[in-house]
Amino acid sequence: METEVRSKLRDFIVDTFLFGDGAEELSDEDSLLERGVIDSTGVLEVTAFLEDDLGVKVGDEDLVPDNFDSIAKLTAFVMTKRGG
Amino acid sequence: MAAITRDVLRIDTAAEAERIVGWIRAAVRKLKKRGAVVALSGGIDSSVVGALSVRALGPERVFGLLMPERDSSDETRRLGRKLVQHFGIDHVEEDITPILEASGCYLRRDEAIRRVVPDFQSGWSSKIVLPSVVESDVFRVFSVVVQPPGGEERKVRLDTSAYFGVVAATNFKQRTRKMLEYHHADRLNYAVAGTPNLLEYDQGFFVKSGDGAADFKPIAHLYKTQVYAMARELGLPDDICSRAPTTDTYSMPQSQEEFYFSLPYQDMDLCLWAKNHGVAASEVAPALGLETAQVERVYRDIDGKRAVAAYLHMEPLTIDRGVEGNET
Repeated sequence: METEVRSKLRDFIVDTFLFGDGAEELSDEDSLLERGVIDSTGVLEVTAFLEDDLGVKVGDEDLVPDNFDSIAKLTAFVMTKRGG
Repeated sequence: MAAITRDVLRIDTAAEAERIVGWIRAAVRKLKKRGAVVALSGGIDSSVVGALSVRALGPERVFGLLMPERDSSDETRRLGRKLVQHFGIDHVEEDITPILEASGCYLRRDEAIRRVVPDFQSGWSSKIVLPSVVESDVFRVFSVVVQPPGGEERKVRLDTSAYFGVVAATNFKQRTRKMLEYHHADRLNYAVAGTPNLLEYDQGFFVKSGDGAADFKPIAHLYKTQVYAMARELGLPDDICSRAPTTDTYSMPQSQEEFYFSLPYQDMDLCLWAKNHGVAASEVAPALGLETAQVERVYRDIDGKRAVAAYLHMEPLTIDRGVEGNET
């Protein structure tokens, strides 16, 4: 389950923000903010993906770097929200 | 190192006014224009640019434009009229509401709001707001605040399409104003004056091809605090000098810090100055009455806004000069 979530998140981020380029250079632990992959608008787009495609309800208080700053952190956040 | 105080923003306003006045004359000469068009909102920035332009070029070579619309406050209209009288300049008041109606500005904005507030009605007032940056590490994601006439305010977080929809619709206002400024500039063979201060220019608080467009920007190097000091120096009316900054874009009163900046402008100025001068957050925090961690959040917010502003400042990219390397 976790592997599938991680893969979906990676595909979404690479496709949406990098137009499919540079996937091999982006590790799961890389900071999406520091690398300039996402900004506050990008956070909104990721939120929509989490809610619409991964079925996770994101509260205002969830919108913090600890949950959103890397593919690994996003995966952990989704797994926690799903109770797994 | 001595403690940082607000005095770091003090300037010799008389000398600076003279320097800018000379620069405006040189700039308009270089542009090969005969005068300047200044859109006056009744706010501090455009008022100071108007006063500097009048001092530089003479009242007979400055044309004032007042462009209120349905959501403008009454204060905007009153102060705009007061200013053109104060300057003694030729001017025209063009209510841009019909243009905005025809382009669908209000309808598109209301439709965008209805994506997250399905019962939103056109007669309701609204604005968009950001959470405080100093209180927590939460990302600054916009919410819309709506209020039916006589009813309770409601705040709902915007999703992507609603956010982009509201911004795209309200940007018609700044772009319509700029279209009219250039109409009058073309008609008179004048240059268009831009009114951003340093805070707005640096942090991208403007609409691309809207209020971001101009032929010269004479106060883009001045912090907002310094613009207020300049207003006093130039003898602008008291109600202009003491008016709090507002966006005057949404139907509900909206301060600039709830829309864009993370602190009131006086504090934002000091943070930006300190960051620009390599001052550690811990050294400026006491002057602001904030914790070091809070100032560090403001510093991060400044960097985040600069990243967004880079697009706003960018010239169109071409094959010959543009994309270098992989910016991911």
